[in-house]
Amino acid sequence: MVPNEQILGLAAVLFAVGAIGFVARRNVLIVLMSVELMLNASNLALVGYGRLRAALDGHVFAFLVIAVAAAEAAVGLAIVIAVYRRRRTANLDEVKTLRN
Amino acid sequence: MNQLLEGLTLSDLTFYLVAALTIVSAAGVVFSKSIVYSAFALLGTFGGVAGLYLFLAADTIAIVQIMIYVGGILVLLLFAVMMTHKIESVDVTSRSMDLHKALPPAVVLIALIGVIAKKTEWKLLKAPDDNPITAKLGDAFLGDYLLPFEVASLVLVVALVGAVVMARREVKGDFSRKAEKESE
Repeated sequence: MVPNEQILGLAAVLFAVGAIGFVARRNVLIVLMSVELMLNASNLALVGYGRLRAALDGHVFAFLVIAVAAAEAAVGLAIVIAVYRRRRTANLDEVKTLRN
Repeated sequence: MNQLLEGLTLSDLTFYLVAALTIVSAAGVVFSKSIVYSAFALLGTFGGVAGLYLFLAADTIAIVQIMIYVGGILVLLLFAVMMTHKIESVDVTSRSMDLHKALPPAVVLIALIGVIAKKTEWKLLKAPDDNPITAKLGDAFLGDYLLPFEVASLVLVVALVGAVVMARREVKGDFSRKAEKESE
């Protein structure tokens, strides 16, 4: 069977890749995809820990995280569409009305 | 090479394949130049994570992952990609990729997680139970975890209504303008 350390290490790597994308890319959609990657990594770690404890709470929390991720994707993409309709851009650096 | 492969069972081999698929497609999402390629690489990551859930004997979560992430979030993302970029200009996307700004935080993060994971002594409390868990999960959601479950449904309703309100066109203004034109 798969050792838990490998699952946790995999989740850490996945989270780091998502973090790189979140910081480095300037397209809103890629940033949203990177957030989804990080949420997936945290879910993987939660289920891994739940298996370590032989209890159900890891699965329950993974479920709740998936629900929040769905809500985040819906609201985030609605904001992207609204901003694009007004500004004709999906680049984060060009949306700076609230800066200063 | 033979010695290396000797201790490897078929299940281990499958695990490493699925893990490689997950990480490689995640890298594809982040480093790909075309936004459409990124969206499709995300499919590989979501599928790979679903496979990893199966390795952890989390059958319900694996199915939910495929249904919600691949069937819902990924389709939503693809729609957003198509709506914010004209199809012909799809490969001219997100230019500035400032890797030297992004690498230090990521390296620090992974070093921190690694140190914590190394220093902590992980041990199994009980032998893991590899039987299907769907029935027990349903009991837990309607018993001990009833309040979080209901709060999650409320969050979903509010988020979906809010998303519709934000993404729709302003119909009201158009109607009044049309009415003005007609009255003129």
